[in-house]
Amino acid sequence: MNLPAAARPPRNYLNASYSLHTWLFTLDHKRIAILYLLTITFFFVIGGVAATIVRLELMTPAGDLVESETYNKLFTIHGITMIFFFLIPSIPTVLGNFLVPLMLGARDLAFPRLNLLSYYLFAFGGLLTLWAILAGGVDTGWTFYTPYSSTYSNTYVMTTAVGVFITGFSSILTGLNFIVTTHMMRAPGQTWFRLPLFIWSMYATSLIMVLATPVVTLAILLVGLERLFGIGIFDPALGGDPLLFQHLFWFYSHPAVYIMILPAMGVVSELVACFSRRRPFGYAFIGFSSFAIAVLSFLVWGHHMFVSGQSPYAGLVFSMLSFLVAIPSAVKVFNWTATLYKASISYNTPMLYALGFIGLFTVGGLTGLFLATLAIDRHVHDTYFIVAHFHYIMVGGTVMAYLGGIHFWWPKMTGRMYPEGWARFSAVLIFAGFNLTFFPQFILGYLGMPRRYHVYPEEWQVLNVMSSAGASILAFGYFFPITYLTWSLWYGAPAPPNPFGHTGLEWQTPSPPPTYNFDRVPIVEEEAYNFDPDDTQRKAREEQELPVG
Amino acid sequence: MSNDFQWMPEQASSFAAEVDALYLFLILFSGFFTVLIAFLIVFFAIKYRRGSPANRTQRAGHFFLMELSWIAIPFPLMMVMFFWGARIYMQQFRPPAGAMEISCVARQWMWKFQHPEGNTEINDLHVPLNQPIRINMISEDVIHSLYVPAFRVKQDVLPGRYTTLWFKPTKVGRYHLFCAEYCGAKHSEMRGTVHVLEPSQYQAWLSGKSDGQAPAAAGRMLFEQLRCGTCHLGGGATGRGPSLVGLFGQTVPLQNGQTVVADETYLRESILRPAAKVVAGYQPIMPAYEGQIGEEGLLQLIAEIKSLAPPGPPAKSSPAPDADDATSENAPPGKAKVETP
Amino acid sequence: MAEHSRALAHHFENLEQQRDAGELGMWLFLTTEIMFFGGLFLAYCVFRAWYPAEFVAGSETMDVTLGTINTAVLLTSSLSMALAVRAAGQSQRRRLVALLVATTLLGVVFLGIKSYEYHHKYEEGLIPFGGFPFAYDTGRRAGLVTFLNLYFLMTGLHAFHMVVGIFMLLALAVLAWRGGLLGERSLPVHNIGLYWHFVDLVWVYLFPFFYLIAVRSGGH
Repeated sequence: MNLPAAARPPRNYLNASYSLHTWLFTLDHKRIAILYLLTITFFFVIGGVAATIVRLELMTPAGDLVESETYNKLFTIHGITMIFFFLIPSIPTVLGNFLVPLMLGARDLAFPRLNLLSYYLFAFGGLLTLWAILAGGVDTGWTFYTPYSSTYSNTYVMTTAVGVFITGFSSILTGLNFIVTTHMMRAPGQTWFRLPLFIWSMYATSLIMVLATPVVTLAILLVGLERLFGIGIFDPALGGDPLLFQHLFWFYSHPAVYIMILPAMGVVSELVACFSRRRPFGYAFIGFSSFAIAVLSFLVWGHHMFVSGQSPYAGLVFSMLSFLVAIPSAVKVFNWTATLYKASISYNTPMLYALGFIGLFTVGGLTGLFLATLAIDRHVHDTYFIVAHFHYIMVGGTVMAYLGGIHFWWPKMTGRMYPEGWARFSAVLIFAGFNLTFFPQFILGYLGMPRRYHVYPEEWQVLNVMSSAGASILAFGYFFPITYLTWSLWYGAPAPPNPFGHTGLEWQTPSPPPTYNFDRVPIVEEEAYNFDPDDTQRKAREEQELPVG
Repeated sequence: MSNDFQWMPEQASSFAAEVDALYLFLILFSGFFTVLIAFLIVFFAIKYRRGSPANRTQRAGHFFLMELSWIAIPFPLMMVMFFWGARIYMQQFRPPAGAMEISCVARQWMWKFQHPEGNTEINDLHVPLNQPIRINMISEDVIHSLYVPAFRVKQDVLPGRYTTLWFKPTKVGRYHLFCAEYCGAKHSEMRGTVHVLEPSQYQAWLSGKSDGQAPAAAGRMLFEQLRCGTCHLGGGATGRGPSLVGLFGQTVPLQNGQTVVADETYLRESILRPAAKVVAGYQPIMPAYEGQIGEEGLLQLIAEIKSLAPPGPPAKSSPAPDADDATSENAPPGKAKVETP
Repeated sequence: MAEHSRALAHHFENLEQQRDAGELGMWLFLTTEIMFFGGLFLAYCVFRAWYPAEFVAGSETMDVTLGTINTAVLLTSSLSMALAVRAAGQSQRRRLVALLVATTLLGVVFLGIKSYEYHHKYEEGLIPFGGFPFAYDTGRRAGLVTFLNLYFLMTGLHAFHMVVGIFMLLALAVLAWRGGLLGERSLPVHNIGLYWHFVDLVWVYLFPFFYLIAVRSGGH
């Protein structure tokens, strides 16, 4: 796990010590971020392999590659690993852990031990889930709907549920740590309205983590107790109510969508600002829209239940509120676009990902309006339309932003530059592969193909083959960054402290940063994103400064 | 279905055209904004690329009006979507008065339908053209969801609780019927076909495949077997239990001062767990039938209770014989005693 | 970092910042606990609306006297906890240890009475899950089962929180005996005190929800 350090001397968090012990028991938020990076990449690969087999199976209408039981386990593994062990932790635990203290000008998160505990809870929950997969799998879908999960499924539901349960605590502790850190650890002069938008989005995300996760933790605990002891809360045969589970589950899992997308919005705000050399248009609107989304996200869970048998009047309320949550999201999209106006735009890889994000998130967000519309949802609920919609948000949105962010802060995290040519190529490849994979699924969904179908009517084969073809391109697209980023650890050019000319405290310390982040406590005297548009001052400054390295 | 490429399923119910019109409106709305955003991004990206000679003076800092406008312009359009969608959705919850009643019991992994005339079928559903159909559904195990894309309707089917779905088929043909809620190993094979037939063909199909008793008739046998009439057919005079004659659809006062409408859900609960809602003026002495009657039997019993029309003004269908039966049945079992275990 | 007290962790600027961070963290943790129990209270409300009569019938099987005694025991333990927090702030070591031990003992008494009640339920055949013999069988069965399920779930999770609290109190008592946790180092006592009061508060809701609804609805 010893990453090669940049050149020689300057002591940094990577070369401060080398033994495995100092990594596994580190309290340094930056090292913990690296531990998370390795762990979630591992789960991303598992989820990706499961998705690949699912797409291969769906190339033909008959169930000829795997048995239906296996197919059900595969999409369940895909859903559970991607959501609980990749998407939810992705940006918060890797970029958030690494950047929150740096951006605030702090030496570490408020509770370093809690942070490490949080990682081990995550790793332990992940291992349990992995064990459940290896021991025979679980087939409930990531949604664990009762009474199928609590009574009928005879797969490893308990082990998986315990795994997800434990991971929930990890998420809670991370959110708690970020909130306290943002309140208490800001450097002198780092006022709320001088914070980078990434911090605003992480703060809003943390609020959701802290408030929503306990509810799903409870729901999963109750499923487990019902399965183990027959304490009937959800199974009607035991006097329970299956819809109660859906309410508790979506009370978390809808806000969880925003746990996944809000950090992505924060990353994109940074990227767009940096590569346009402009303060984001409507800084405060973008910041407050994160909070508006966080608050509204708690009031819309019932839109997952328009056909569940809940009261139609509840449906009306949830539909109306769901339209409202679209507004702050639209505000962000318009503001990012407006930021480009009269900007000075360069096209490094992170910017390509950011522009891709805006396009794909727009499609994902607008198709969300279809689902908020009651009569349309009645038709497309639980079809491939939904599948396409949330992949546009989560893969087109979150994964694009995550990859953009990883490239952007890679020099800071590792002290090495990534290869720009390869990176641009794979960014374009991922964008193309993504659209080919998921756009046909909108059409499939409106035609009525239900999700989680192992076999399907023959007339839908053409669209399914298109989707599978796109998925293979996408798989290649993801293979490249894993490869060349690893390569860059040894062969990448050494990174200067601020390779992309961004503002923000994390760029004012060396790459990689020293163990305690800053040699002396920084003092913030200006607003965030105070770019010098024509780069004149920066060029002048660079000419004065000695070459870095 | 044809081999031509399709963007939408066939429009085979009264809802389909309305839902598709709304869908097209949303596509236009989304298409406009997607193209707008994409165009602006590409345009700005080219014009303001670094090093281009574009005019960058008067950089806009922050126009409050602009922010307000992109909140205020999409909002009314979204409210159009909301009200339009809500109007169709609420229609989908209000079946017309004369709808034909089909009952549906779902289980892993099959659909079982029963027609008012008693015909049952599995994974196939035959319905007459232009006749509103109301399906009363319940599951025997996990959650399923009845979905007919050509009709643009879908409704989850729950264990332990009735849900309903209605539609009016408007085009003769055969259409997919799916289970849309994941229900286990053979979820994707829990599907069938809806056959929309001309009314005459439907009648022919009914008589050609007369394989079962009408639910109400089967329900009556059960009703007698369980001796429900002993307490429940005396017009309330026997004092043991409230009369079931003409009960369906009425508002019932309860012991705790609340009232409840006697619908399928209430009847089902009161058979299975009589003590849950005790009618005002009666004692909770009826035994619970939980675990003793299957879902199909319950649906039949409820069909029988629905057919117990009041003796006075004749109701819509076959009033008199039922009422006669009801009163005559009241006599023979005589003193059969209902005990609480 | 001029005055680097031994109580100050490396990444904080000063003790005040450290203390505020710790306290804010604890309040956030308690917020998550409220959301956790909130889900259970939601379930309680749903099922009470479904089975109002059965819940009253279920409540009649509770021992109000023992419940009342337990409520008194727990409220008293909150008092001793509050006094312990004050003693820690005022650096009164012996007093702090005594009050922590007293709080622990009251907690143990509560759990003792609770387990007696559970045992009594077992003897009466009123445990409707886990394969225990369940004797009650009338028309009110379904709702009663749900009532008892919720009773065991909610009081059980409450008791679990009590057990965790008792272990933390014992750890505090040991640390206090060794001379820690006094004055500027008293934050752990303060935080665990907050936790203890929270657990107490949950019981204040559980008691009427399960024990007293029969008294009220009966009206005689």
